[in-house]
Amino acid sequence: MPLLMPLMVGALLFALGVYGVLARRNAILVLMAVELMLNAVNLNLVAFDVYLRDGLLAGQVFTLFVITIAAAEIGLGLAIVLLVFRNRATVELDGLTDLRETDPPTALPVTADEQAVAT
Amino acid sequence: MLFALLGVVAVGSGVLVVTTRHLVHAALWLVLTLGAVAGCFLLLSAEFVAWVQVLIYVGAVVVLLLFGLMLTRAPIGASDELDSSRGQQVAAAVTAAAVAGVLVASLVDSFRGARIDLSGDHVAGSARQAGEAIFGSWVLPFEVLSLLLLAALVGAIVLSRRDISPDPVPLDTRSGD
Repeated sequence: MPLLMPLMVGALLFALGVYGVLARRNAILVLMAVELMLNAVNLNLVAFDVYLRDGLLAGQVFTLFVITIAAAEIGLGLAIVLLVFRNRATVELDGLTDLRETDPPTALPVTADEQAVAT
Repeated sequence: MLFALLGVVAVGSGVLVVTTRHLVHAALWLVLTLGAVAGCFLLLSAEFVAWVQVLIYVGAVVVLLLFGLMLTRAPIGASDELDSSRGQQVAAAVTAAAVAGVLVASLVDSFRGARIDLSGDHVAGSARQAGEAIFGSWVLPFEVLSLLLLAALVGAIVLSRRDISPDPVPLDTRSGD
């Protein structure tokens, strides 16, 4: 089997994850896109492990570690999302702008573009 | 050939995960993507990793995501509120296309013609071999990882429990309730 086949699948899955993280507004969908990216990395690790015939099985063991860390990450991520939902009654990432820099007092009038971003 | 088929399934359902307008459908398409990736692991002779993927990702992570959807009162049915503004979507698509372009170009340039040798009865990832590797060479990282899981578990419980307030009331003052 050409090594490029798993690598291509991995690269495309990673790009899909990047799109999902950037384009989605719902926090849980963003977590799903992160899972896609982690899976792309796993596919690369296994492909290179088998390609190099590693004696320590480093690629596959790392894949197991990544799966474990992904499980921990999704658990904590969902706990945080639930906390945000309990406090704000929304999970839309665009609405969480508390840490956004406020306009300085002498700022120019808000343009239509900025208003669209702020809402 | 089978691998190409599984790859197409994985990427196709991955596209649906990030574009569908039904929240629950996204989680179910994610099941298909993760299952197809597990099939890819099997074809790459990494049996143990494939079954762990099925058990943990398809079994646990997706169920956890569905619970999250339920608890955040996710809209049932199609919803336009899932995606960011059109401009941000275009910017995200351009970024993702650039990432894919760079990755594919550099990988093709580096590994053109390299082949994975799967001939013979060489199985690199049976449960026996994986277990020997984890509990032989990798036992210290494995233990550290179990500590990490414990910390994540405690953190998730602390975050999601209602009765732990951020500034705790002294015990003697709340004995009345």
